[in-house]
Amino acid sequence: MDFIPHTDQDRAEMLAAMGLESMEELFAAIPPELRARSWELPPPLGEMQVTERLTRLAAMNAHGLTCFLGAGFYDHFIPAAVDAVIRRGEFYTAYTPYQAEMSQGTLQAIYEYQSCVCRLTGLDAANASLYDGGTALFEAAMMAVRKSGRQRLVVCSSVNPIYRVMLRSYTANLNLELVEEDLSDPARAAEFIDERCAGLILQNPDFFGRVRDHGGCFAQARAAGALSVLACNPLALALVKTPAEMGADVAVGEGQSLGLPLSFGGPYLGYMAVREPLLRAMPGRLVGRAQDAQGRQGYCLTLQTREQHIRREKATSNICTNQALCAVAALVYLSLLGKQGLIELAEINLAKAAYARSRLTAIPGVSLVDEGPWFNEFRIALPIDARLAASRLIDRGIAAGFPLGRYYYDQPNHLLVAVTEKRTRHEIGLLAEALQAVLEEYPLS
Amino acid sequence: MRSIFEQSRAGRRGVAFPRLELPAEAWEVAVLPEGLRRAAPAELPEVAEVDVVRHFTRLSRLNFGVDVGTYPLGSCTMKYNPKFSEDLARLPGFAGLHPLLPQLRRGGLLAQGALQVLHDMDLLLCAITGMAAFTMQPLAGAHGELTGIMLMAAYHRDRGNAKSVVLVPDSAHGTNPASAAIAGYKVVPVPSRQGVMHPDDLKPLLNQSVAGMMMTNPNTLGLFEPHVKTIADLVHGVDGLMYYDGANLNAILGQVKPADLGFDIVHLNLHKTFGTPHGGGGPGSGPVGVVEKLVDFLPVSRVGRRADGTLFLDYDQPKSIGYIAPFYGNFGVILKAYAYILALGGPGLKRVAEHAVLNANYLRVRLSARWPLAVDTPCMHEVVLSAAESAQRHGVSALDVAKALIDFGFHPPTVYFPLIVKEALMVEPTETESKENLDELVAAMERIADLTESDPESLHAAPRTTPVGRLNEVEAARKPDLSYRGACFG
Ligand SMILES: Cc1ncc(COP(=O)(O)O)c(C=O)c1O
Repeated sequence: MDFIPHTDQDRAEMLAAMGLESMEELFAAIPPELRARSWELPPPLGEMQVTERLTRLAAMNAHGLTCFLGAGFYDHFIPAAVDAVIRRGEFYTAYTPYQAEMSQGTLQAIYEYQSCVCRLTGLDAANASLYDGGTALFEAAMMAVRKSGRQRLVVCSSVNPIYRVMLRSYTANLNLELVEEDLSDPARAAEFIDERCAGLILQNPDFFGRVRDHGGCFAQARAAGALSVLACNPLALALVKTPAEMGADVAVGEGQSLGLPLSFGGPYLGYMAVREPLLRAMPGRLVGRAQDAQGRQGYCLTLQTREQHIRREKATSNICTNQALCAVAALVYLSLLGKQGLIELAEINLAKAAYARSRLTAIPGVSLVDEGPWFNEFRIALPIDARLAASRLIDRGIAAGFPLGRYYYDQPNHLLVAVTEKRTRHEIGLLAEALQAVLEEYPLS
Repeated sequence: MRSIFEQSRAGRRGVAFPRLELPAEAWEVAVLPEGLRRAAPAELPEVAEVDVVRHFTRLSRLNFGVDVGTYPLGSCTMKYNPKFSEDLARLPGFAGLHPLLPQLRRGGLLAQGALQVLHDMDLLLCAITGMAAFTMQPLAGAHGELTGIMLMAAYHRDRGNAKSVVLVPDSAHGTNPASAAIAGYKVVPVPSRQGVMHPDDLKPLLNQSVAGMMMTNPNTLGLFEPHVKTIADLVHGVDGLMYYDGANLNAILGQVKPADLGFDIVHLNLHKTFGTPHGGGGPGSGPVGVVEKLVDFLPVSRVGRRADGTLFLDYDQPKSIGYIAPFYGNFGVILKAYAYILALGGPGLKRVAEHAVLNANYLRVRLSARWPLAVDTPCMHEVVLSAAESAQRHGVSALDVAKALIDFGFHPPTVYFPLIVKEALMVEPTETESKENLDELVAAMERIADLTESDPESLHAAPRTTPVGRLNEVEAARKPDLSYRGACFG
C-alpha cells in the first residue's frame, strides 16, 4: 500500500514528456559510486495487516491500570468533541499558516488559543507553541540569559526533575551556571538572587503538588534585575493565583492536562506567556489580528523577524514545526469546559485528592510529607521502599503513584500520588485497601 | 468570523462534571486559602457543545489542507496523510499509556508494545539511512538539529577538541544556522555555485576550529550535491563531523543512504518523509541517527533488549548528552510513521522517491517553458523557479504568483526560499499527486504567466476568492493585537 496514484500509462506519458525512457534515469545526477548497495526493509503490507499488528502491540501495554501516576502528566477525561474537531482534515493536514488567506481557520484558532493562555496566566502575550513543558522552560531560561546578559540560572529543586535534567543537558555547552537549590523558603532564596542571576525559575503547583505564593521570591528577583519564570499546570490556574498576580514575567508549562492524551509521552504542548516588554524576545509563532485593503478583519503570523526563517542564527529560537494541532485541541477543550466548567473540574481534582489523602494517611505507617495546600497531587511517606510498594500495587492493577526515590535519592520511601476527576471514590478506596494490604505483608522492623 | 469569546453567554455550558460520590468533608477541605486563589475567574468562553463544534467546523472551512487539494509547498513535503494511522495512534493501549509506567520497577514489562514500536523504528530508520542507531526523542526537525549539534559538541568535548564553528551552506534552511547558534557555535556560511557546493569554496573555510558541517541533500534547490563525498572527506580531515538535514530524504529513499555519503549524524522529519500530518504547524517528529562512534552520546533513555527477549529502557549511558525531551519523543507521531513504513515496505518507499522525483521533473519540464528555473538542470523531488524576470518586467512578484494560485484552487509553493534565489517559487508536488492534478497546476501557472503580460494589475489584487484578501502584515507587526481583549458577551 503506497498511496501513489500513478498508472503505467501516466508514467509512460510523463517520462515521454521529459524525453526519458526509464524511471532509473531520473536519478542520473547521483554519482553511481554513491548509490545504495542494499535496501533491506520488510515487504509491503495492507492496511488490514498493519492494523492487526499495531492492535496487537497496543494490547501488550498495561493501559487498563487504575492510574494515580502523575508527576507532571495526568490521566484526565477528554470530551469527544475535542477529537471530532482536530480530526478534521482541513485542520490536521494543513501546514504552518504562512498563506494567511487560505489558513484563517488555523490562524483564528491559534489567536483564540493565545487569548485563553493570556486569560489563564494573567500575562499579556502567549505564543503558539513550544514542544513541551521542558523545552518551554529551556526557552524561558534562554530568554532570561539574553535579556539580562547574565550567566546564572537559579532553579528550585521542586521544579519537575525531568525539566531540570533537560535544562542541564541543553546548557552543557553554553557556559552557563545552573544553581539548583531548595528555594521554598524565600529567606533561603535570597542567598542566590543577586546581580549575577539571569533568571529565577520556580514551579506552582510544584513537583510535589504543593501550591505556594512565590510573590516574595519574584519581588526579590525583580529587585535584582533577574527574570521571574513560573512553570504552572494550566488546569490549576483555574483556581490558583496567577503567575501575573505572583509577579512572574514569564509563565511556561506543560499543556497536556488541557485535553491531550498521555500517549506514552507525546505529542504534548509547551505553552509560554510573557509580560508585554518581553514580547519581541519571545520564541515561537505568534498570530495577530490584521486588516486587508478592504478593511476586512483577519489573522496572520506576526513579529516573524524573531524567527529562524528570517533571522537565521540571530533568531530568538530555532523552533519551526511546533505543536499547533495540540494547541487547537487545548483551545477546543477550554471552550467546551468554559469559565465555570474549568473551575469545577479543578475543584473536583482538589476534592478527590483531598479524599485520597484522608484515606491513605489513615493507613497505619503512612504519613503526609508536606503541609498543604495542594492541588491534585501530594506525597506520602511509606514505611517501606516506595518502589517496592508501587510494584506490588501494580500486581493488583493499580499504578499507585510515582516513587520519588528515582529522582530524589534522599526520598526512597516517598510516593507522589495524583488524583484526577477520573478516579472514583471506589477506586480511591481500592488504592487505600491495596496499599494497606501490601504494607501488612512487610511488618515494620 | 466572530471569535469564540463573542459567542459566549453567561451561564451557558459545554461539558459538565457533576459533583458526585465524595463525602461532604472532602468538598469542605477542597478550597484553597484566600491568599492563594486567583482574584477573578479566567474569562474563558461560555458556550454549548453545539456552539463549539459549529465554531470550529466553520473555522476548518476557512482552511486549506492536503485533504482539500494540491499543496506543492516546497521543502515541506505535503503528501497525502493516510487515515488508518490516525485510528491506530488513538488505540487506548497507546493513547492511554502513561510515559512514567516503564520507569516503575518492572514497569517496562507493562509497555512492551510501545517499546517494540520504538525499537522497530530505530532498526527501520537505520536500514533506511545506513546509520548505526537512532534516538526517537527529538520532537521536530529543528529539535533534531539541536540534538545533532549537541552530539557534535559532546564528541569534540570527549576528544578534547576545541571547536567553535559550524559550517552551513547559504542555501540552508533557517533552522540550521539557528540550531547551531543555540547549541553555542559560531555559524560560518558556505557559498554555492550553480546551486550546489564546491570543494574549492569550502577549503578556505576549513581549519581546526570547525566542529562540523550541516548539509541538506538533495539541497533546498532540489539538487543532489554531487561533491558530497569529497566535502565529507575534507570536513573529516579536520576532525569535523558531517550533519545531514533529512528534510529531503524522501527524494532518495532506496537510492542513496546518508551514511554512504559520509554523514555522521542525520535527522529525519517523520512529518515529511513518512507521511504523518503537519497539523497546521505541528506536531512533528525529528529522530536523529548516528554512526557507530557517536552512539554512546545519544540522549537517555534508549530501548534495549534483554537476553530473554524483553525490551527495557536503558538509562545507564555515562557519555550521553542527557535528556532532550521528557520521554521517548512524540510517540503518537512516531506510531503513525511506523504504520506508514510497515504499509509501504522497502519497495513502496523506493517508489515514493521515484514518483516524487518523476512528478517534480514533469513539473520542471512543463513549467520551465513559461517560468525560468533557478538552475537549469534536472532536479530531484522539488524544483525552484524564479519570478525575478516577471517582477522586473511586469511588476509581478513571487508573492503575486502565489496569491494568484490560491484563486485557482491550489496552495502556493514556498516563496522567497531558498534565500539565494531571487523571487523564488519552490515547488514540491510529492508522489501522491496524480498526473491530472499536476496538469491542472501547470495550466494555472500558464494562465498566470499570460496574465503577467496581459493584466498584471489583476494579479496584484489576488486572491479574490478567499474570506480575506492580503492582510496588512506591516501594520499588524507595528501594533500587535495578539489576544482578544474584549469581555465575553452576555
Ligand atoms: C530543509 C529543512 N530543514 C529543516 C526544517 C525544520 O524542520 P521542522 O519544521 O520539523 O523543525 C525544515 C522545515 O521546513 C526544512 O525544510
